[in-house]
Amino acid sequence: MSLQDFLQFVFAGITSGSVYALTALGFTLIYNATGIINFAQGEFVMLGGLAAVSLHSGGAPLALAAIGAVAVVTVVGLLFELLAIRPLLNASVLAQIIVTVGASLALRTAAMLIWGREAVALPAFTEGAPLSVFGATVVPQTVWVLGVTALIVIALQVFYRRTLLGKAVRACAVNPMAARLLGIPYGRVVLLTFGASAAVAAAGGVLITPISFMSYSSGALIGLKGFAAAILGGLGSPAGAVAGGLALGLLESLSVGLLPWSGASGYKDAIAFLILLLVLFARPQGLLGQVSAQKV
Amino acid sequence: MPRFGQGERAGSATGEAVKAGEVGPGGWERRGRGRAWSWARGNLAFLLFSLVALTVPLYLTNSYYLSILAFFAIRLMPTIGLNLLLGQAGQISLGHAAFIGLGAYGSALLTTRWGLDPWAAVFLAALLSALVAVLIGVPALRLKGHYLAMATLGFGEIVLILLVQLKGLTGGTDGVVSIPPLELGGWSLADPRLFHVVVWSAALIMLRMALNLPRTRTGRALIALHRTEIAASSLGIDVAFHKLQVFVVSAIFASIAGSFLAHYVMFISPEGFGVTLSVLLVAGAVIGGLATVWGAVWGAGLMVLLPEVLARYNEDYTLLVFGLLVIVVMIFLPEGLAGAPARLLGLRRTLPDTVARRSQGEPVEDRGSECRS
Amino acid sequence: MPVLRVEGVTRRFGGVTAVKEVSFQVHEAQIKALIGPNGAGKTTLFNLVSAIDRPDDGRILFRNPIRTGDAQIDLARTSPHRASRAGIGRTFQHSQIFEELSVLDNVKVGRHAHGRAGLFSAFLTLPRQRREEAAAEEAARRALQRAGLGDKTEIEADSLPLGERHLLEIARALATEPGLLLLDEPAAGLNNEETERLAETVRRIRDDGVTVLLVEHDMGFVMEVSDEVVVLDYGEKIAEGSPLMIRSNPEVIRAYLGEDYLAEEEPR
Repeated sequence: MSLQDFLQFVFAGITSGSVYALTALGFTLIYNATGIINFAQGEFVMLGGLAAVSLHSGGAPLALAAIGAVAVVTVVGLLFELLAIRPLLNASVLAQIIVTVGASLALRTAAMLIWGREAVALPAFTEGAPLSVFGATVVPQTVWVLGVTALIVIALQVFYRRTLLGKAVRACAVNPMAARLLGIPYGRVVLLTFGASAAVAAAGGVLITPISFMSYSSGALIGLKGFAAAILGGLGSPAGAVAGGLALGLLESLSVGLLPWSGASGYKDAIAFLILLLVLFARPQGLLGQVSAQKV
Repeated sequence: MPRFGQGERAGSATGEAVKAGEVGPGGWERRGRGRAWSWARGNLAFLLFSLVALTVPLYLTNSYYLSILAFFAIRLMPTIGLNLLLGQAGQISLGHAAFIGLGAYGSALLTTRWGLDPWAAVFLAALLSALVAVLIGVPALRLKGHYLAMATLGFGEIVLILLVQLKGLTGGTDGVVSIPPLELGGWSLADPRLFHVVVWSAALIMLRMALNLPRTRTGRALIALHRTEIAASSLGIDVAFHKLQVFVVSAIFASIAGSFLAHYVMFISPEGFGVTLSVLLVAGAVIGGLATVWGAVWGAGLMVLLPEVLARYNEDYTLLVFGLLVIVVMIFLPEGLAGAPARLLGLRRTLPDTVARRSQGEPVEDRGSECRS
Repeated sequence: MPVLRVEGVTRRFGGVTAVKEVSFQVHEAQIKALIGPNGAGKTTLFNLVSAIDRPDDGRILFRNPIRTGDAQIDLARTSPHRASRAGIGRTFQHSQIFEELSVLDNVKVGRHAHGRAGLFSAFLTLPRQRREEAAAEEAARRALQRAGLGDKTEIEADSLPLGERHLLEIARALATEPGLLLLDEPAAGLNNEETERLAETVRRIRDDGVTVLLVEHDMGFVMEVSDEVVVLDYGEKIAEGSPLMIRSNPEVIRAYLGEDYLAEEEPR
């Protein structure tokens, strides 16, 4: 493979990897605050993309449509927390899994009823000829994806490290009991976290929709890949989520490019899941933290 | 106070019979009657249900309604398996559609490509599914909670991708056509009434077996490891083995359902065996109720009947309703539909929210629980 | 011939050494207590002996005295269910009963390793299944009698008061027919009357030939029932001997009894 081809796959990889990273970040935010894995995370991505398409075709300028879509999905995330998660915050892990799985089914079907089965796309954020980097073409949207993803990551870092509320959220993640004793309003922290997580996911959806088409059923795949990215980077670590997302995107893209086999692209999705299973199976205890035996 | 519904109390017949046998002279006769009585009482629900299910073709000849009932039985099989896996053992699988797919494709390919007898194909496909279940179950069942859910979800996706991509073998998105129907003693089960009796017999056998489980050594082991794996293993229970065993059984039930489906509709394509079906099955099992095996009947019935009812308006609403119902049931009716009548009549002395309580696993390691309380 | 030989056992968690080169023996039909201040490594050691956790170093040799002919096994290299089958029974500090089962069914779970009827027998209710079920029930009732819960068989386990939950765990462990019974803080949360009943039960179990190793904070209880005491402090064994010797051991008093024991002795 030539350098040009290689770079082409690298750019494709980090572009989709950015969306995985944002999805993984969404998982991480919620997991850190509540210990819940939100199986509806991918649906937020899908909703973001589809809402932006609707707003844009309804006449809103692209920038407004993007912001509006993120706002709409944020509200969905907040409602999801209030209606479905809040009553089960103390329930078993199994109950929480089932509820978020149910929510993903409901959101996906609602999206189908609203937007139909057709896959749709947004126009690119900016017009312009593709750039050429060592012979590889880079569409301007790629720059947008990378730039906005980097901005979101930085903004989250600042929020969690510098603001009081962000520190409160982190305190709750590190030591929930102590946080509660310090009077941190846990309910509000969780609500905020679901809103933020939905917003981040929706942003990912808006960013990717000009590059790859979005349909009601796209969320499941993106969600699973986002989770794979989060696991790859070590669940619970925001930096790991970003690294895991980019790594997964690259692995996916390059394995398609490097496998000497024309049918390989059909198996692109399977590669992400294979990685997920391998990581899960290879170090289940490492991923679960300490062995439960010590906590008898 | 029966926590597990009437059916499962069947197993207690032995215990009561022993007691009845102890009563002094004339014990034999009384023992005989006591055993018969408690047997009948424990089995009444099952006998009635079987009777109704198997005699339907006598008075119902409308082939459309018969086909709905056939799909009911086909849905019931994997739901029973998930009920055992999720309700008794506390292990989730979001990849069970893959086993239905393996059963369906196994049956379809073995008969159309290699000309095997359909029944042999059903058997071999189930064997294949069991093998796959062992291969995926050994590593996956070491995982807990979310990780197990994600691993099974990933497994399901991989199987689906293989079904689509291995075009040379599976026909890709075109699927497999002209799958031969099952036969029994020279009679083709293409006849809907005959098929009804056979498919319901199979489903009822699975139901009977599942109903027998809770009050046995293996059933108690599953309930024990669901509650706390550490205590269960300290009592001599091989936790990994028992989890794997029930996972394999649920895979076999799903596979047989897939085989019946393939031989019944005679055409299969991959899209029906994706995540949506896996999720729907879990949703059905939960909505029906995990506290009793009868929940599977409620859940499967709802899965088949709801689309029919909604079809008058828009069938696409089905999954939306299912998604919302799961949330509502989890929050307000943890025992599911099967527990609803007793709950509404106020027969339960407490609200033993089963999934919520039973599936705690190791309650102490649930991080952040203090904060959430 | 000792029932249990703990030999140079060490367990580290990250940088913390929870148990450091601990050695002691437990002899047949003896009640041995493991005491020490909080964080001394008692529960860690218990988890090692019941094979729920594995030591980084050392051996834990066990020979079941009530099943002659059984070979000696190293509990440091086995799994919990194998340890149970070899004759280790245990209870837990935090109640680990199966709340959705009746008292009797909880104890029947303890008969698991004594049955062989598998999934098929269960599915098909084969004669073997029925036979074993009846046998398990009888054995479970006996175990409940031994633990003093003979009159509570049919009630739901989650309606038992705390004191009887401990007894239920003991009954459940006894149902496995252990050669060595590990009791993790059996007297925690019990009132005087319940503690007295527990002490009687434990002694009766010992008199039946079951060796007992227990962790306990209630010094009155420990001094009353134990034949021998091992004292741990910061993961190390600092003393071992009869309750009388332990009472007067200056190092033990300094490490532990100084605060707790003297305070506890008064009301008894």
